[in-house]
Amino acid sequence: MEVLNPDLWVDKYADYLYNYTIVRVNDREVAQDLISETFLAGLKSKKNFKGEASERTWLISILKRKIIDHYRKINSNKGKAEVHINYRNEDSEGDWLEENASDPFDRNAENTMENEELGLAILACLEKLNEKQAEIFKLKTIDGFDTEAICKEFNISPSNLWVIIHRARKSLADCLEKNWFN
Amino acid sequence: MNMKFFLKCTEAVNVCDKSQYEEATFFDKLLLRIHLLYCSLCRGYSFRNRKLTQAIKESDIKTLPDDQKQLIKERLRQAMANQ
Repeated sequence: MEVLNPDLWVDKYADYLYNYTIVRVNDREVAQDLISETFLAGLKSKKNFKGEASERTWLISILKRKIIDHYRKINSNKGKAEVHINYRNEDSEGDWLEENASDPFDRNAENTMENEELGLAILACLEKLNEKQAEIFKLKTIDGFDTEAICKEFNISPSNLWVIIHRARKSLADCLEKNWFN
Repeated sequence: MNMKFFLKCTEAVNVCDKSQYEEATFFDKLLLRIHLLYCSLCRGYSFRNRKLTQAIKESDIKTLPDDQKQLIKERLRQAMANQ
Protein backbone atom coordinates (compact mmCIF):
# COMPACT_ATOMS: atom_id res chain seq x y z
CA MET A 1 0.00 0.00 0.00
CA GLU A 2 1.29 3.44 -0.81
CA VAL A 3 2.21 5.63 2.10
CA LEU A 4 -0.27 8.37 2.66
CA ASN A 5 1.01 11.90 2.90
CA PRO A 6 -1.60 13.76 4.96
CA ASP A 7 -0.30 17.18 3.88
CA LEU A 8 -0.75 16.50 0.20
CA TRP A 9 -4.04 14.77 0.85
CA VAL A 10 -5.53 17.77 2.65
CA ASP A 11 -4.08 20.28 0.17
CA LYS A 12 -5.54 18.35 -2.73
CA TYR A 13 -9.07 17.64 -1.52
CA ALA A 14 -9.97 19.87 1.44
CA ASP A 15 -11.28 22.78 -0.64
CA TYR A 16 -13.44 20.52 -2.76
CA LEU A 17 -14.93 18.88 0.33
CA TYR A 18 -15.43 22.27 1.95
CA ASN A 19 -17.41 23.70 -0.95
CA TYR A 20 -19.43 20.52 -1.18
CA THR A 21 -20.29 20.71 2.51
CA ILE A 22 -20.90 24.41 2.96
CA VAL A 23 -23.92 24.50 0.63
CA ARG A 24 -25.38 21.50 2.40
CA VAL A 25 -24.97 22.42 6.04
CA ASN A 26 -24.77 26.19 5.69
CA ASP A 27 -22.55 26.60 8.71
CA ARG A 28 -18.79 27.05 8.50
CA GLU A 29 -17.88 25.50 11.78
CA VAL A 30 -20.05 22.46 11.25
CA ALA A 31 -18.60 22.10 7.76
CA GLN A 32 -15.05 22.26 9.10
CA ASP A 33 -15.79 19.61 11.72
CA LEU A 34 -17.40 17.31 9.18
CA ILE A 35 -14.41 17.60 6.87
CA SER A 36 -11.97 16.91 9.63
CA GLU A 37 -13.98 13.82 10.60
CA THR A 38 -14.14 12.74 6.98
CA PHE A 39 -10.38 12.81 6.56
CA LEU A 40 -9.90 10.89 9.79
CA ALA A 41 -12.48 8.28 8.82
CA GLY A 42 -10.81 8.09 5.42
CA LEU A 43 -7.46 7.44 7.04
CA LYS A 44 -8.92 4.66 9.16
CA SER A 45 -10.58 2.91 6.25
CA LYS A 46 -7.82 3.62 3.75
CA LYS A 47 -7.15 -0.07 3.33
CA ASN A 48 -10.74 -0.58 2.22
CA PHE A 49 -10.27 1.88 -0.62
CA LYS A 50 -10.12 -0.31 -3.67
CA GLY A 51 -9.19 2.36 -6.12
CA GLU A 52 -12.29 1.72 -8.18
CA ALA A 53 -13.50 5.26 -7.76
CA SER A 54 -11.25 8.29 -7.66
CA GLU A 55 -9.88 9.15 -4.27
CA ARG A 56 -12.03 12.26 -4.18
CA THR A 57 -15.23 10.36 -4.99
CA TRP A 58 -14.40 7.96 -2.21
CA LEU A 59 -13.87 10.80 0.28
CA ILE A 60 -17.14 12.39 -0.83
CA SER A 61 -18.98 9.16 -0.15
CA ILE A 62 -17.66 9.23 3.42
CA LEU A 63 -18.54 12.90 3.72
CA LYS A 64 -22.10 12.27 2.54
CA ARG A 65 -22.62 9.83 5.38
CA LYS A 66 -21.21 12.36 7.84
CA ILE A 67 -23.62 15.00 6.58
CA ILE A 68 -26.58 12.66 6.90
CA ASP A 69 -25.48 11.72 10.42
CA HIS A 70 -25.22 15.39 11.25
CA TYR A 71 -28.83 16.00 10.20
CA ARG A 72 -30.02 12.92 12.05
CA LYS A 73 -28.43 14.23 15.20
CA ILE A 74 -30.09 17.63 14.84
CA ASN A 75 -33.45 16.03 14.15
CA SER A 76 -33.31 13.66 17.06
CA ASN A 77 -32.53 16.63 19.29
CA LYS A 78 -35.59 18.38 18.04
CA GLY A 79 -37.82 15.35 18.14
CA LYS A 80 -39.93 14.65 15.13
CA ALA A 81 -39.93 16.97 12.18
CA GLU A 82 -42.60 19.55 12.69
CA VAL A 83 -45.08 20.77 10.16
CA HIS A 84 -47.20 23.76 10.97
CA ILE A 85 -50.53 24.10 9.28
CA ASN A 86 -52.23 27.35 9.96
CA TYR A 87 -55.43 26.94 8.00
CA ARG A 88 -58.47 26.16 10.10
CA ASN A 89 -61.06 24.88 7.69
CA GLU A 90 -60.56 21.94 5.43
CA ASP A 91 -61.53 23.76 2.27
CA SER A 92 -58.35 25.75 2.19
CA GLU A 93 -56.13 22.74 2.49
CA GLY A 94 -55.35 22.88 -1.20
CA ASP A 95 -54.16 26.46 -0.93
CA TRP A 96 -51.78 25.49 1.77
CA LEU A 97 -50.23 22.77 -0.34
CA GLU A 98 -49.89 25.06 -3.31
CA GLU A 99 -48.30 27.86 -1.38
CA ASN A 100 -45.81 25.54 0.18
CA ALA A 101 -44.96 23.70 -2.98
CA SER A 102 -43.88 26.76 -4.91
CA ASP A 103 -41.73 28.98 -2.84
CA PRO A 104 -41.70 32.40 -4.50
CA PHE A 105 -38.66 33.45 -2.50
CA ASP A 106 -36.58 30.54 -3.69
CA ARG A 107 -36.05 31.84 -7.18
CA ASN A 108 -32.31 31.50 -6.81
CA ALA A 109 -32.28 27.84 -5.90
CA GLU A 110 -31.57 26.67 -9.41
CA ASN A 111 -28.89 29.26 -9.87
CA THR A 112 -27.21 28.33 -6.63
CA MET A 113 -27.17 24.71 -7.64
CA GLU A 114 -25.62 25.45 -10.99
CA ASN A 115 -23.00 27.66 -9.36
CA GLU A 116 -22.18 24.95 -6.90
CA GLU A 117 -21.65 22.45 -9.70
CA LEU A 118 -19.50 24.97 -11.53
CA GLY A 119 -17.44 25.53 -8.39
CA LEU A 120 -16.89 21.82 -7.92
CA ALA A 121 -15.96 21.43 -11.59
CA ILE A 122 -13.34 24.16 -11.20
CA LEU A 123 -11.93 22.58 -8.06
CA ALA A 124 -11.83 19.16 -9.71
CA CYS A 125 -9.87 20.69 -12.60
CA LEU A 126 -7.47 22.24 -10.12
CA GLU A 127 -6.57 18.77 -8.86
CA LYS A 128 -4.80 18.22 -12.17
CA LEU A 129 -2.24 20.92 -11.44
CA ASN A 130 0.75 20.22 -9.25
CA GLU A 131 0.32 21.21 -5.60
CA LYS A 132 2.41 24.35 -5.70
CA GLN A 133 0.75 25.63 -8.85
CA ALA A 134 -2.70 24.94 -7.47
CA GLU A 135 -1.87 26.53 -4.15
CA ILE A 136 -0.52 29.71 -5.73
CA PHE A 137 -3.42 29.93 -8.15
CA LYS A 138 -5.95 29.60 -5.34
CA LEU A 139 -4.23 32.14 -3.13
CA LYS A 140 -4.16 34.64 -5.96
CA THR A 141 -7.50 34.00 -7.60
CA ILE A 142 -9.86 32.81 -4.89
CA ASP A 143 -8.38 34.32 -1.75
CA GLY A 144 -7.27 37.46 -3.59
CA PHE A 145 -3.83 37.80 -2.03
CA ASP A 146 -1.35 40.40 -3.30
CA THR A 147 1.26 39.35 -5.81
CA GLU A 148 3.90 40.64 -3.42
CA ALA A 149 2.64 38.63 -0.44
CA ILE A 150 2.55 35.40 -2.42
CA CYS A 151 6.01 35.97 -3.89
CA LYS A 152 7.38 36.46 -0.39
CA GLU A 153 5.64 33.37 0.96
CA PHE A 154 6.93 31.12 -1.83
CA ASN A 155 10.18 32.94 -2.38
CA ILE A 156 9.60 33.50 -6.09
CA SER A 157 9.83 36.54 -8.35
CA PRO A 158 6.73 38.27 -9.73
CA SER A 159 7.56 37.03 -13.22
CA ASN A 160 7.73 33.46 -11.84
CA LEU A 161 4.34 34.03 -10.30
CA TRP A 162 2.80 35.18 -13.56
CA VAL A 163 4.24 32.20 -15.41
CA ILE A 164 2.63 29.88 -12.84
CA ILE A 165 -0.66 31.76 -13.01
CA HIS A 166 -0.59 31.65 -16.79
CA ARG A 167 -0.02 27.89 -16.90
CA ALA A 168 -2.69 27.29 -14.31
CA ARG A 169 -5.24 29.43 -16.16
CA LYS A 170 -4.49 27.73 -19.45
CA SER A 171 -4.83 24.26 -18.03
CA LEU A 172 -7.96 25.23 -16.17
CA ALA A 173 -9.57 26.75 -19.25
CA ASP A 174 -8.79 23.60 -21.25
CA CYS A 175 -10.18 21.36 -18.54
CA LEU A 176 -13.36 23.37 -18.09
CA GLU A 177 -13.90 23.56 -21.80
CA LYS A 178 -13.91 19.77 -21.89
CA ASN A 179 -15.95 19.21 -18.74
CA TRP A 180 -18.18 22.18 -18.27
CA PHE A 181 -18.68 24.76 -20.99
CA ASN A 182 -19.88 22.28 -23.58
CA MET B 1 10.32 55.95 -21.62
CA ASN B 2 9.53 52.83 -23.51
CA MET B 3 7.55 53.93 -26.55
CA LYS B 4 6.74 50.79 -28.41
CA PHE B 5 3.18 50.28 -29.45
CA PHE B 6 3.29 46.69 -30.61
CA LEU B 7 3.43 43.96 -28.04
CA LYS B 8 4.75 40.50 -28.72
CA CYS B 9 2.24 37.71 -28.11
CA THR B 10 3.99 36.65 -24.90
CA GLU B 11 3.73 40.20 -23.61
CA ALA B 12 0.11 40.53 -24.68
CA VAL B 13 -0.81 37.32 -22.92
CA ASN B 14 0.95 38.52 -19.78
CA VAL B 15 -0.97 41.81 -19.78
CA CYS B 16 -4.16 39.86 -20.37
CA ASP B 17 -3.44 37.64 -17.33
CA LYS B 18 -2.62 40.63 -15.16
CA SER B 19 -5.76 42.45 -16.16
CA GLN B 20 -7.81 39.50 -14.86
CA TYR B 21 -6.56 40.57 -11.44
CA GLU B 22 -6.80 44.33 -12.08
CA GLU B 23 -3.04 44.51 -12.08
CA ALA B 24 -2.41 45.80 -15.60
CA THR B 25 -1.71 49.49 -16.09
CA PHE B 26 -3.93 51.64 -18.25
CA PHE B 27 -1.18 51.97 -20.82
CA ASP B 28 -0.56 48.23 -20.95
CA LYS B 29 -4.25 47.60 -21.46
CA LEU B 30 -4.25 50.06 -24.32
CA LEU B 31 -1.34 48.23 -25.93
CA LEU B 32 -3.18 44.95 -25.44
CA ARG B 33 -6.19 46.35 -27.26
CA ILE B 34 -4.02 47.39 -30.19
CA HIS B 35 -2.46 43.92 -30.26
CA LEU B 36 -5.84 42.21 -30.21
CA LEU B 37 -6.89 44.20 -33.29
CA TYR B 38 -4.53 42.25 -35.50
CA CYS B 39 -3.82 39.02 -33.53
CA SER B 40 -6.60 36.46 -33.61
CA LEU B 41 -4.63 33.96 -31.51
CA CYS B 42 -4.42 36.36 -28.58
CA ARG B 43 -8.03 37.38 -29.17
CA GLY B 44 -8.99 33.77 -28.61
CA TYR B 45 -6.84 33.55 -25.50
CA SER B 46 -8.27 36.79 -24.16
CA PHE B 47 -11.83 35.59 -24.69
CA ARG B 48 -11.21 32.32 -22.87
CA ASN B 49 -9.34 34.05 -20.09
CA ARG B 50 -12.22 36.44 -19.41
CA LYS B 51 -14.66 33.54 -19.52
CA LEU B 52 -12.60 31.75 -16.88
CA THR B 53 -12.51 34.82 -14.64
CA GLN B 54 -16.27 35.12 -14.97
CA ALA B 55 -16.81 31.44 -14.20
CA ILE B 56 -14.69 31.60 -11.06
CA LYS B 57 -16.58 34.68 -9.92
CA GLU B 58 -19.98 33.07 -10.48
CA SER B 59 -19.00 29.82 -8.81
CA ASP B 60 -18.32 31.64 -5.55
CA ILE B 61 -15.72 29.05 -4.49
CA LYS B 62 -14.43 29.32 -0.98
CA THR B 63 -11.26 27.84 0.37
CA LEU B 64 -11.07 26.09 3.70
CA PRO B 65 -9.15 28.54 5.95
CA ASP B 66 -5.48 27.67 6.24
CA ASP B 67 -5.50 27.26 10.01
CA GLN B 68 -8.22 24.65 9.59
CA LYS B 69 -6.15 22.81 7.01
CA GLN B 70 -3.17 22.78 9.34
CA LEU B 71 -5.39 21.50 12.15
CA ILE B 72 -6.66 18.61 10.03
CA LYS B 73 -3.12 17.77 8.91
CA GLU B 74 -2.02 17.71 12.53
CA ARG B 75 -4.92 15.44 13.52
CA LEU B 76 -4.11 13.11 10.64
CA ARG B 77 -0.46 12.95 11.62
CA GLN B 78 -1.41 12.07 15.18
CA ALA B 79 -3.87 9.43 14.03
CA MET B 80 -1.19 7.91 11.81
CA ALA B 81 1.29 7.85 14.65
CA ASN B 82 -1.21 6.02 16.83
CA GLN B 83 -2.10 3.46 14.22
